[in-house]
Amino acid sequence: MKILVGVKRVLDYNVKARVNADKTGIELANVKMSMNPFDEIAVEEALRIKEAGNAEEVIAISIGSAQSQETIRTALAMGADRGILIETDELLEPLAIAKLLKHVVEKESPGLVLLGKQAIDGDNNQTGQMLSAMTGMAQATFASKVELDGDTAKVTREVDAGLESIKVKMPAVLTTDLRLNEPRYAKLPNIMKAKKKPLETIAVADTGVDVSSKLSVVEVNEPEQRKAGVIVSSVAELVEKLRNEAKVI
Amino acid sequence: MTTLVVAEHEAGALRPATLNVITAAKAIGNDITVLVAGQGAADVATAAGNIDGVSKVLHANDAAYAQEIAENLASLVLSVADGHTHILFAATAAGKNVMPRVAAVLDVSGISDITSVVSADTFIRPIYAGNAMATVKSEDATKVVSVRTTAFDPAAETGGSAAVETVAGAGASDLVEFIGEELSQSDRPELTSADIVVSGGRGMQNGENFAMLDEIAEKLNAAVGASRAAVDSGFVPNEYQVGQTGKVVAPNLYIAVGISGAIQHLAGMKDSKVIVAINKDEEAPIFQVADYGLVADLFDALPELSKALDG
Repeated sequence: MKILVGVKRVLDYNVKARVNADKTGIELANVKMSMNPFDEIAVEEALRIKEAGNAEEVIAISIGSAQSQETIRTALAMGADRGILIETDELLEPLAIAKLLKHVVEKESPGLVLLGKQAIDGDNNQTGQMLSAMTGMAQATFASKVELDGDTAKVTREVDAGLESIKVKMPAVLTTDLRLNEPRYAKLPNIMKAKKKPLETIAVADTGVDVSSKLSVVEVNEPEQRKAGVIVSSVAELVEKLRNEAKVI
Repeated sequence: MTTLVVAEHEAGALRPATLNVITAAKAIGNDITVLVAGQGAADVATAAGNIDGVSKVLHANDAAYAQEIAENLASLVLSVADGHTHILFAATAAGKNVMPRVAAVLDVSGISDITSVVSADTFIRPIYAGNAMATVKSEDATKVVSVRTTAFDPAAETGGSAAVETVAGAGASDLVEFIGEELSQSDRPELTSADIVVSGGRGMQNGENFAMLDEIAEKLNAAVGASRAAVDSGFVPNEYQVGQTGKVVAPNLYIAVGISGAIQHLAGMKDSKVIVAINKDEEAPIFQVADYGLVADLFDALPELSKALDG
């Protein structure tokens, strides 16, 4: 079985996003970029499934600018076998991303597609569900535990009231939640080795996939800032202020 | 022009989230149809018809909807989608699971987690953990949207008198089987709709110490939440997590205890009306969003706070 795992290059999770001067998006020049944290978890899970003898090959795929090669190399250094970059300088919506992933799924026929439940830039939480609907592969989102058994996967899912377990037939699309695993760090020798692993680049135009979108960004603004608060000196003062000033208790 | 609102319910009652979504639907301005899918959920359908502003209820009664299986719910929504210009879900775990499937099949962009309706085709939604707000415009024939429930007041549960129309089920997927669930049992208000939330972070040190927060929550009729650090450390289960990728809350009062205030946590609570931070590190970023900050060791402050609330 092959596992296809999606890796997106995003603004590093420790960097505070700032709206750019012309209010069209976020300032991404000269800031640290990293692999989307949920995708690191997806890569780790794919590697664990392979290491347990349940998969032969882990393919890391990214859709984005040429610099997304770095993100794929990170996945390869963690242990993925090969990479695919669908190259575009456009910022694509989940609908287009899912269509491009479907194109690759049709070519590669993976038994599992592992994706992060959301990317921490757009915060859409859509791509996995869309891919499942488009391909007819089963869907298991927000996974906190994955147990494979033959051609089925038992997935524990994080839902609002706790945990839910479902069993899905493979091929399936799984999206990862935070507590699925703790991703490994790439070791230096593996980073060197990763440079020699195959990485295929495909131009969006060569896929024949229509990536046009009818959703456009009108403008991007800073959120409203909260007014500065006060430091109270004691619990008694805090309770007094909550009762008599804020009137919330 | 009609908006379809996909209702959520459990234990024979609508989830509060649906009332918030209906308010968002009112802001769009069309007639509102509510879809109630379930097994033996006729009372929920009736209740949906009583909500102020609802003009029609569609009710599917089928074993396929006994659980919230994404494939089954999406098929049902698609079977009744015709004639609706907008399809709205709550941005809950259940809504997020289904909304993109519906959008994908309709070949339209999904619009996640809106916090404001500018017009029938233009919405505001947070991106980058709420560090930016994007105004987006959709020219798709059908707008498929999920709604951040804390950004909209709940619609009144009475005042409507919509008829309930029965619709057929749309089949069940054979690719997925529901096995079971472990749901937290609590007499406390639900985290995302509570008036007061008391949250603990890594500073709580262990799960046992959350009993101190429980005690305070009990006195304030509050829900208890947690930062990701506290959940990852196993102090409390996942459903407590407040943040970019957990739950978004906006109570009247949010008390953050032993929480440093990472960007990702702030994303889940910074729209609270009043924020209190208790932390021994005066440099903690949480103080930058707090209306009232108390620099103190939580192990001294919490017992004192609990006592003060008695007086």
